[in-house]
Amino acid sequence: MRGRLRQAAWAVLAILVAVILTQSTWWDTNQTVFAQALVSGLLIGGVYALVAMGLSLVFGVLDIINFAHGALMTIAIYASYLLFDNYGIDPYVSLLITIPLLFVIGVGIQRFAINPVMDAPIHNQLLLTLGIAIVIENLALVLFTGTPRSIELAYARNEFDLGLFTLDFPIKVFGAVVSLPKLIAFMVALLLGGAIYVLIHRTQLGAAIRAAAQEPEGAEMVGIDVRRIYTITFGIGAACVGAAGALVMPFLFVSPTAGATFNIIAFIVVVLGGMGSIPGAVVGGLVIGLTQEMTQIFVPGSSKLLGVFVIFLAVLLFRPQGLFGKVQR
Amino acid sequence: MNPVLSVRDATKRFGGLTAVNGVTLDLGEGEILGIIGPNGAGKTTLFNIISGAIPPDEGEVIYGGDRIDQLPPHRIAARGLVRTFQVVKPFSGLTVLQNVMVGAFLRRSEHDEAEDHARKMLEFTGLAAQSDRPAKGLTLAARKRLELARALATDPTVLLLDEVLAGLTPTEGAEMVKVVQSIRDGGVSLLVIEHVMAAIMALSDRIAVIHHGELLAIGPPAQIAKDPGVVAAYLGEEFQIAPD
Amino acid sequence: MIRLRKLAQASARDMMVLAVVVAVLALVPFGVSRFTLSVAISALIFALAGIGWNVLSGFAGQFSFGHAAYFGLGAYTVAVTLTRYSISPWLGLILGGLVAAVFGLLTGWISFRFGLKGAYFALATFALAEMLRLTFNNFDFVGAGIGITIPLAGGDDWARIQFEDTPSLQYFVILGLVALSTIAVIAITKSRIGSMMLAVREDEDAASALGINPLRAKLIAIAISGFITALAGGFYTQFLLFIDPDLAFGPFVSVLILLRPIIGGVGTIWGPVLGAGILSVLGEVTRSLVREPPSFLQVIEGVNGLDQVLFGLILIVVIIRAPDGVIGWFHRRRQADTA
Ligand SMILES: Nc1ncnc2c1ncn2[C@@H]1O[C@H](COP(=O)(O)OP(=O)(O)OP(=O)(O)O)[C@@H](O)[C@H]1O
Ligand SMILES: [Mg+2]
Repeated sequence: MRGRLRQAAWAVLAILVAVILTQSTWWDTNQTVFAQALVSGLLIGGVYALVAMGLSLVFGVLDIINFAHGALMTIAIYASYLLFDNYGIDPYVSLLITIPLLFVIGVGIQRFAINPVMDAPIHNQLLLTLGIAIVIENLALVLFTGTPRSIELAYARNEFDLGLFTLDFPIKVFGAVVSLPKLIAFMVALLLGGAIYVLIHRTQLGAAIRAAAQEPEGAEMVGIDVRRIYTITFGIGAACVGAAGALVMPFLFVSPTAGATFNIIAFIVVVLGGMGSIPGAVVGGLVIGLTQEMTQIFVPGSSKLLGVFVIFLAVLLFRPQGLFGKVQR
Repeated sequence: MNPVLSVRDATKRFGGLTAVNGVTLDLGEGEILGIIGPNGAGKTTLFNIISGAIPPDEGEVIYGGDRIDQLPPHRIAARGLVRTFQVVKPFSGLTVLQNVMVGAFLRRSEHDEAEDHARKMLEFTGLAAQSDRPAKGLTLAARKRLELARALATDPTVLLLDEVLAGLTPTEGAEMVKVVQSIRDGGVSLLVIEHVMAAIMALSDRIAVIHHGELLAIGPPAQIAKDPGVVAAYLGEEFQIAPD
Repeated sequence: MIRLRKLAQASARDMMVLAVVVAVLALVPFGVSRFTLSVAISALIFALAGIGWNVLSGFAGQFSFGHAAYFGLGAYTVAVTLTRYSISPWLGLILGGLVAAVFGLLTGWISFRFGLKGAYFALATFALAEMLRLTFNNFDFVGAGIGITIPLAGGDDWARIQFEDTPSLQYFVILGLVALSTIAVIAITKSRIGSMMLAVREDEDAASALGINPLRAKLIAIAISGFITALAGGFYTQFLLFIDPDLAFGPFVSVLILLRPIIGGVGTIWGPVLGAGILSVLGEVTRSLVREPPSFLQVIEGVNGLDQVLFGLILIVVIIRAPDGVIGWFHRRRQADTA
């Protein structure tokens, strides 16, 4: 399996290089486009990684397809927007509010809505989270109407004096534009990803979560309150989109369905990276980010998502445990 | 003796563990062959090999003149070689009758025929009164009967029973033994795994002893009970050979 | 003919219920407004789609989260064969069913062969429907993102299933399709193949130990399921006289389809129809509540999205309180009473 995967990766790489070399005129004319796709793909991929991490935890530990994940992100997006709009609080400062806010909301949802159906068949859990998503999204519609809003961060277009050199945003790399908010989102997302990795793999709470994921009965037997772990895990999962929502708000149109678009991408990242694997979510997020941007270059006129879905199906069929997942069965 | 089923040098490894190691045995027509052995000896794994649930690493299984060791379980069952599961697997969401009809449909295409046949099997196994109950709520004894009734409903030529007596009270066990005997009287050949010594000794024409995946001895019950190797194996495992 | 008679005997009770339900539903078009009639038609369309979903996900236990794929294939087959080749939508319905069945067989064979189950199968079906949506969005032959408009026939035209003068006829056509599909489902539940599906749903290992080929059972289920849901999609085209990739393949279509049987009762004969009835009444009540609220609730008048909030809340409560649908809830109540 490993070998075959590596072979496939080399083959793809070789084809890519060959295409680029033989089509050097293509390269000349498309260099900027290509660089832009690379940069945009990587940057947004970082955000996908963060969103997917939250989903991966919930999927891996509770075994629930959470269709409310994107809607939870919408809450964070609006919270961050309102704080900025009403009180002038910087989006990155608002992280300090959106993260705990979403944690609490997540805990509440798990406690009062999902725990009662933990033993029900998967379609019930899926529908329940879907119902929650419908309520959240339409509540946003009721409260804020469907009009998309956006903000302008004054400092995103300024020069930054870093002592040794000055950064003039937006930066240009090979002609590709790197906007400050996206760069910050990318870096903070990966930083938080690292923090979650530490939480899961280096703390006692993390050990309990992993135990509850692998052997719920066994965990119960050694005195772990599995229900409580589920609740906390869902809270952490929601906190991830609490952060992601605030991070994307500055470069997104704020609307009731703003978070929903991240939901399905996050699922794909989770399956690609391997359920419950945090490094998998990071690699998966970057790969999917790149894939969606590259699809548009190589299959002009198609939707960004087409390539993403092709990858998704291939992973489901050939490596359902994902890149970093352990083989089940 | 003309064997209906032959296992030749069957071996199955799980990582470093050899669960079944070069087992060879024949099942005669109309015979009841008992299989005993301590926990983890490899009895169920042998059934898994014969029934196609797990293909053997080495060796072959011959049934009705053909090699069947590479066939999927459903093809083997369709040929008339049917097994029950040690950990019973009732279709919990269906009624008792529906459970047995699943088996009956293997050889019948009409609903009414299948239902008639299934009811006969329920009568035969003493489950008739529970026909319309959901399988979920049955007692262990009843679930074991259900497992048997379902397999019987497929009209098997060879039946593999994996511990159908385990967990039953002596009275329930005695009834089950009678049922198994009358199955054989109906012309079915049986391979029976059992821990309850008294029952298996009384029931079997021959007994095979499996230990650490290997066939330790095979022969008539009286001979097996005296076999020093068998006794040693059981003593070594601190296992009760005396009837309980 | 003999088989039919036998079927009627074997399932006398189900057939009687069917006769009563159809008779009652046949009264609906009399004395209702054109608007209410169209609500009833669309309820039956999604009931039909749900009947299809229920075969694969309810009886054979393979949860699909992408039945929009079959719905959309049916919808587009009717639209394309009619507008491009002037093929009557009657034939188009059948063709659409076959296209969907073949699509189901191909994708199902691959998915089941590779052992996709549970959440993974659900996500795969979702991905397939999305891929169809994205592909059709860029596929000029089927009108790409703009979609296909069905030309008006004018007046009542049986050949084209358009009834401008007597819209109730359209209602009777879809009612007929629902009745036929229900008969098919009753026949399945009484047949060997139905028994195979249930066994595979409950326990694949036990099923194969009894001689059932799980792959075969699932493929038969997916083909029948796709066929029925595609009929609903094809009819939908004739109802809207328009189809585009979102209406045909959108994720929300999949949700609309599976909600009906889940609310009514998964894996039951009447779940999809009952669920469709409940949901349309519920939808209309919440919608009209928001449109013309009682005086003490004047503030909510015309607020966009409020009906959906109510709908979502009801959904949440139903899932928590009646996890096996309305039919399951009744059964449990009855058992509790007799016990
Ligand atoms: N699928 C499997 N993967 C790994 N090891 C297995 C598997 N199945 C069985 N084993 C191991 O093989 C050995 C034999 O198991 P088996 O179930 O065949 O024993 P048994 O004789 O039926 O025991 P018992 O009397 O307890 O039912 C055991 O050590 C068991 O743990
Ligand atoms: Mg065993």
